[in-house]
Amino acid sequence: MTELGYWTEQVKRGRISRREFMGRAAALGITTALATSLLAEAGVAAEPKKGGSARFGLAHGATTDTMDPAAYPDTGTQVPFWGSMSNSLTEVDAKGNITMDLCESMESADGAKKWVCKLRKGVTFHNGKDFTADDVVGSFRYHMGADSKSAAKAVLEQVDDIKPDDKQTVIFTLKGGNADFPYVVSDYHIPILPSENGVGDWRSGVRTGPFTLVSYEPGVRAKLKRNPNYHKPGRPYFDDVEFLTIADVTARTNALTTGEVHWISRADLKTLNLLSRNPDVAITEVTGYGHYVFPMDVTAPPFDNVDVRTALKWALNREDIAKKVFLGHAVVGNDSPIAPSVKFAADPKPRYTYDPDKAKFHLQKAGMQNLKVNLSVADTAFNGAIDAGVLYQEHAKAAGIDINVVREPNDGYWDNVWLKKPWCADYWGGRPTCDWMFTVVYAKGAAWNETKWANPRFNDLLVIARAETDEKKRADMYAELQQLVHDDGGAVVLVFNNYVDAHSKKVAHGEIAPNWEVDGLRIAERWWFA
Amino acid sequence: MNPILKTVLQRLGLGLVTLFLVSIVIFSAVTMLPGDFATAILGQSATPETVAAFQRQIGLDRPPVLRYLFWIGGVLQGNFGESFSSAGGLGGGHARTVVSLIAPRLKNTLFLASFAALVAVPLSLILGMLAALYRNSIFDRLVNLVTLTSISVPEFFIAYILMLFLAVRLPLFYSLASVSPETPFLERVARCALPALTLVLVIVAHMMRMTRAAIINLLASPYIETARLKGVSPGRIIFRHALPNAWAPIATVIALNLAYLIVGVVVVEVVFVYPGIGQLMVDSVSARDIPVVQACALVFAVTYIGFNLAADIVSIVTNPRLLRPR
Repeated sequence: MTELGYWTEQVKRGRISRREFMGRAAALGITTALATSLLAEAGVAAEPKKGGSARFGLAHGATTDTMDPAAYPDTGTQVPFWGSMSNSLTEVDAKGNITMDLCESMESADGAKKWVCKLRKGVTFHNGKDFTADDVVGSFRYHMGADSKSAAKAVLEQVDDIKPDDKQTVIFTLKGGNADFPYVVSDYHIPILPSENGVGDWRSGVRTGPFTLVSYEPGVRAKLKRNPNYHKPGRPYFDDVEFLTIADVTARTNALTTGEVHWISRADLKTLNLLSRNPDVAITEVTGYGHYVFPMDVTAPPFDNVDVRTALKWALNREDIAKKVFLGHAVVGNDSPIAPSVKFAADPKPRYTYDPDKAKFHLQKAGMQNLKVNLSVADTAFNGAIDAGVLYQEHAKAAGIDINVVREPNDGYWDNVWLKKPWCADYWGGRPTCDWMFTVVYAKGAAWNETKWANPRFNDLLVIARAETDEKKRADMYAELQQLVHDDGGAVVLVFNNYVDAHSKKVAHGEIAPNWEVDGLRIAERWWFA
Repeated sequence: MNPILKTVLQRLGLGLVTLFLVSIVIFSAVTMLPGDFATAILGQSATPETVAAFQRQIGLDRPPVLRYLFWIGGVLQGNFGESFSSAGGLGGGHARTVVSLIAPRLKNTLFLASFAALVAVPLSLILGMLAALYRNSIFDRLVNLVTLTSISVPEFFIAYILMLFLAVRLPLFYSLASVSPETPFLERVARCALPALTLVLVIVAHMMRMTRAAIINLLASPYIETARLKGVSPGRIIFRHALPNAWAPIATVIALNLAYLIVGVVVVEVVFVYPGIGQLMVDSVSARDIPVVQACALVFAVTYIGFNLAADIVSIVTNPRLLRPR
C-alpha cells in the first residue's frame, strides 16, 4: 500500500482526523483539491464544526433512574450515561459492523473460546486515572456473580473467567465458543468503569467517554460538558450537551419548533407531515433492529400444532398493520426476528403474506374447521399493540379464525401477561447479531424464550454456528436458523419499527446507526452544529 | 380556652389520625398493585434471580406489615428513609433519601402554586365582587361565560391552546417550563408563565363564582337594604358590610383551590415538562417506589388538612358568633 493509500485508509477508519490527513497529504505533495476528492471518495464528509451547546429532548426518563449500568432501562439513562459519558470495549458503527473502542484489538483462539483483548494505550478516566486491565475486569465482574441484579447478567453467563494478563491485556475465557463475542462487549450495559478492589464503581459518574458529568436530575435533565482528553481524535464536536426528558409528545414537538431543543426522539407519527413542512426542521428515519411480535407459547394448545401456528402466520395482513398502525414507518416482518440490516440476515421463503386460503389449508391440515384463540395485548408491549390486535382479528376472520383480543392492563403487564399468557404482544429492542437475538429469546431454556420453542436442530446448530469462525459457513448456518424460526417457531413478527426523530437544521449528522435508537445512543458524540 | 386555639388543636389531632389512615391506605394500595419495585424497574429484563437479588436488597422479601411498621417507625423519628432507587447499586454509599428527592420538587411545586395563586386569588375576588355588583349586566355575563368555558375544558387542552398561540405562533413565552435549582428568579418566572396562566384559568371560575354567589346572597339581606336606604355607596356596601360576612364560604373555596394547585397539577407538569411533585409521585407509583409514594401522599394530606384548617380559622375569626360562643 502506498503511503497516501495508508493515510486514506486511516482517515476512513477514523484513526486520524481530517485535518491531520490534509497535513499528511500536503507533506506528500498532494494538492488540497485532490486530497479533498480522495476524502470524498473515502466517504469522509467535510470536517464537522466544533463547539456549541446542544440540547436534546428524549422521550424517556423517570425519577427512579440512576447511573447504575445494571439497569439503564431506557434512553433517559442509556444516552447520557453510556452513549455520552462512557465507552465499551467495542462499538457498533453506523453500518452495523463492529469496531474497536477501548480495545485496540480482540483476537480469538481455541475455537473462539478464548478472547485476548489488547487495550488502547494512553486512555484516562475523567478524573485523570489511567485506564488499565483491572478496570475492564472490575466492570465485567460488576454484572456477574450470584448477587448481580444486572440486566447484562444473562448475556455474560457465557463468560467463564476474565483476568488481566498484563496492564494492557485482558483475557476472556468463555464456556463455549462465540465468534460474536466482540459484539457482546459492545452492550450499553457494560461501560468501562474505574475499578476499586476489583469491582467497577459507577457511583462516581467517572468514565472514559466524550463528555463529563456536570449535573443530573433523575427524570428531568442531565448536563454534560466536553471531555478535553477524549481518546478519539477530533471528537466530540459539541462543547456542552443537555438531555431533557420530555415524555409528552406534543410538548416535545413544541420544544423543537420553538427552539428549546435541537433534536427530539420519537416524533409524533400522526402529525409528522405537518412537522416536516417546517423549513427549519428535518426528519430522520432508520429501520432499527427492534421489532414487534405476537409470541405464541408452542407448548400450549392449540399453538403446539405447527399447522395452527402456520395458519395464524398466513392469516395476518402485515402490510395493513404497517400502514394503519405505524403509518408506514415500519418494515413488515417475515416471522424471523433478524432485521434486514443485521449481518447474516436472510430472507426465509416463502414470505408470509396475507392469504386466507393458505391459512384455511393449514387449519384443515391441523384437523380444524375454525379456531378460537385469545390474544392478550396492552400498549405497554408496544404503542399500537391494541390496534394491531384488532386489525389482526379482522384479517383472520376471513380464514375462519376467531381471535379474541383481550385488553390487558398496562400496569404489571410484564409480570402477569408476558411469559404467562399463551399468546400476547411483545417488543424486542433487537440485538446486533443473529446469535445474540436467538440465544436470548429463541434458544431452548433461555430465560426470555417467550415461545418456549425447543427445536433440536435449531438448538444444535445455534451452538455450532456460534463457535464457527468461517464467515461463509456461518452465513449458511444462520440462514438455516432463520428458516427454522420462520417455518416452525412460535413468533409472529409483525414489523421492524423505524426510529423516527426530528431535529433542527442547526445540527448536522453523518449516517445514522440502526443498532439502537438515538444514533446508536451516541448522538452527543457523533453529531455537530452545521 | 380560646376557641381558635381549641379548634386548631382539635383539628391538628384529627389531622394526625387522618395522616395515619392515609399512610395505611396508600401503603396497602401500592402493595396490592401487581408487581413490585424490582419487576417494575427491570421490566422485560427481569429474570427470577435478578428479581430475588433486588428484593433481598431493598427488603421486599419481608412481610408487608413488618415493612409498614419499619417505615412508620422511621417517619415518627423524622426519617423518611431512602428511595428504593438508591438501592440500584449493591451496598450502601450512594444514598438517595426520600427527602432529597422530594424537597426540590416540592419547592418547584410551591413556587408554581404561589405564582398561580398570587394571580388567581385577587383576580377571582375582584371579578366576583364586580360581577355581584353589576349582576346580570353584559360584564357579569361575559365574565361568567369566559370563566365557565375555561373550567369546562380539560386543563391539558387549555395548556396546548396557550402553548400554540403564546409560544409557537407568537413566540412570547417559553414552551417548556424546565427549571433547575440554579435558574435565576426572573427566568423562572418567565418559564413558569404559561403553566401558571393555565392553572389560573382552571381555578378562577370556581373562586369567582363562589365570591359572586356569596355576595349576591348577602346583598338580598335586610341589613344591606338598610345600608342602601341610608345612602351608603355601592363600594362601601360590598367592602364594609357584605364582604366580612362572605369570607367563610370564600375562604373554603380558596383553600380547596390552593390545595388543588399543590396536589393536582400533574397534567400541567407533564405538558410543560415542569419538575414538580406530581410527576415524582406518578413515577414513583409506576415504579412501586413505596417510600417516595408514601412521603408524597403525606405531603398532599398535610396540604389538604392545613388549608382546611386555615379556612376554618378564617371562618371563626370573621364570625363573632363563632368567636364568642355562649
